[in-house]
Amino acid sequence: QKVSVEVLDHLEHLALVDFRDSEGVERLQKAIQFADQLHEVNTDGVEPMDSVLEDRWCLYLREDDVTEGNCTKDLMENAREKVEEYFVAPPGNIPLPKLEERDTFLQGS
Amino acid sequence: ALKDGLLSQVSAALKEGRVTPTELCQRCLALIKSTKFLNAYITVAEETALKQAEESEERYKRGQPLGILDGIPIAVKDNFNTAGIETTCASNMLKGYISPYNATVVQKLLDQGAVLLGKTNLDEFAMGSGSTDGVFGPVRNPWSYSKQYKEKSVPKSHSEDEESNWVITGGSSGGSAAAVSSFTCFAALGSDTGGSTRNPAAHCGVVGLKPTYGLISRHGLIPLVNSMDVPGILTRCVDDAAVLLGSLAGHDPKDSTTVQDDFKPFELPNLTDVSKLSIGIPKEYHAPGLSSEILALWSKAADLFKNAGAKVVEVSLPHTRYSIVCYHVLCTAEVASNMARFDGLEYGHRSDKKESTESMYAATRREGFNDVVRGRILSGNYFLLKQNYEKYFVKAQKVRRLIATDFVKVFRSGVDILLTPTTLSDAAPYTEFIKEDNRTRSTQDDILTQAANMAGLPAINVPTALSERGLPVGLQFIGRSFQEKQLLTVAKWFEKQVQFPMIQLEEVKKHDSDVFQHQKSASFS
Repeated sequence: QKVSVEVLDHLEHLALVDFRDSEGVERLQKAIQFADQLHEVNTDGVEPMDSVLEDRWCLYLREDDVTEGNCTKDLMENAREKVEEYFVAPPGNIPLPKLEERDTFLQGS
Repeated sequence: ALKDGLLSQVSAALKEGRVTPTELCQRCLALIKSTKFLNAYITVAEETALKQAEESEERYKRGQPLGILDGIPIAVKDNFNTAGIETTCASNMLKGYISPYNATVVQKLLDQGAVLLGKTNLDEFAMGSGSTDGVFGPVRNPWSYSKQYKEKSVPKSHSEDEESNWVITGGSSGGSAAAVSSFTCFAALGSDTGGSTRNPAAHCGVVGLKPTYGLISRHGLIPLVNSMDVPGILTRCVDDAAVLLGSLAGHDPKDSTTVQDDFKPFELPNLTDVSKLSIGIPKEYHAPGLSSEILALWSKAADLFKNAGAKVVEVSLPHTRYSIVCYHVLCTAEVASNMARFDGLEYGHRSDKKESTESMYAATRREGFNDVVRGRILSGNYFLLKQNYEKYFVKAQKVRRLIATDFVKVFRSGVDILLTPTTLSDAAPYTEFIKEDNRTRSTQDDILTQAANMAGLPAINVPTALSERGLPVGLQFIGRSFQEKQLLTVAKWFEKQVQFPMIQLEEVKKHDSDVFQHQKSASFS
């Protein structure tokens, strides 16, 4: 079954990436169809695997010593908009416009 | 010191003063210029390379080279951070991004005196199997211009000859594979998440090693799938891959997914007796679409081992055909997470939109990512939705365990090494390849390589023979976790048996010198 416009809109919000055109939406549909093949596999009693190293290694804690840093200048180099040592962002807490008001391909759907 | 292998021979030549690091570097830079049409390099770091070569020369003059890699020109895939050098991932998102640090593997190479020639081309953010989808354009397979290919191809018309006939390198580390294949560097770094080092290695006729997950540090490798990515090694012979591995492997405190075991670099023995070896032939790797040519070659290789006294058995990895589906879900899910860092605030492209943070992020990502990347992000987000999480993501993680267990069972049954094809066919012409979209192609092309990433196992492509079209075909060996020495030993034996021919390139002949003569006599003709 096709993915609803609500879900598509929701995905654009979550991912902050656009479908762009019908091809983009079709791409998702095909991806889901492809992934559905997983349900042919019997996984009763099988634990999900997070990492192939699950048996070999455990994350260790190291001493809380500062071993590197002081690279503010280097790190700021690549930012386009900054003031002193701050990255400058546009105002936050303003949600992305709703589907009807947004400039998105999904509007026509 | 290693007796065999190209790197050890060049190293000897450097020590004896028969060639200097500066000469080597200059030859490579000149060759890069004259093979520009391959589009293998995104950035050529000419000044810094020559400086590194000079410093190397000083060390040789003092009789104090740092090791076998001192003065050796190498190339690095453009998804590894390289301090002071642009790192783009072949994406608009990172155009102009100058890395403030070196990836651990890059640092290790530089610490050994290697000369960094430049950054190689790839599919955007390493997503793809053709090296055709980056913003700097596709990489051309050097074999497209080889005598061997030209002799076999029937041009439609003289003027169309080279322009429409060229074949892809495979991907996503196509630039690195092309660079090694065309002699512009002696070794190159790639990355391998679903086959991205082995696939182009097979198409370009070079050795491509995917090490065990956790052996080599990923710190500084711009991540695609954290649970599967590994740095890949591309060289002209197996011995050289062992040398590179020796320089790169080992625990890195900056990468918590590297194992803490001590790694000891090794020399590869010259195996003469294979009678104690058990080679497994997984029947499911006779995948739909496998060319009859490659099937025949695979069979011939199995016979080679059998006739030499090894035990060759058919084995089964029953979940093979689901591994590509599983990969598809896990990969897109991790990509959705990893690509979230690109928002324009701290680095990379930033949109001019100012209304809100979210609209700026959305516009930045809209402008910075190509269709393939955006598609994977959206798919990944879909599979990670609350209503889909169990159904897709967790399900895929369970299937992953089944795939990994398949391998464990086979290795536990006494098999030492698996022998499989690397690709379904030889390299396709670019015009053919682009007829299908990226996802379809990746699905088809990754089928033989990505189960090894799923299970974290080491795997290597060894160039085996030329196809009827005069293009390279490779075969893949998959080994047990952390048993690279055994894997490479067997690969080296096989390499010696097959005597893969050297590429005959006009461009290289023009730059012929003692050094390249060296390469010719060192490799097999």
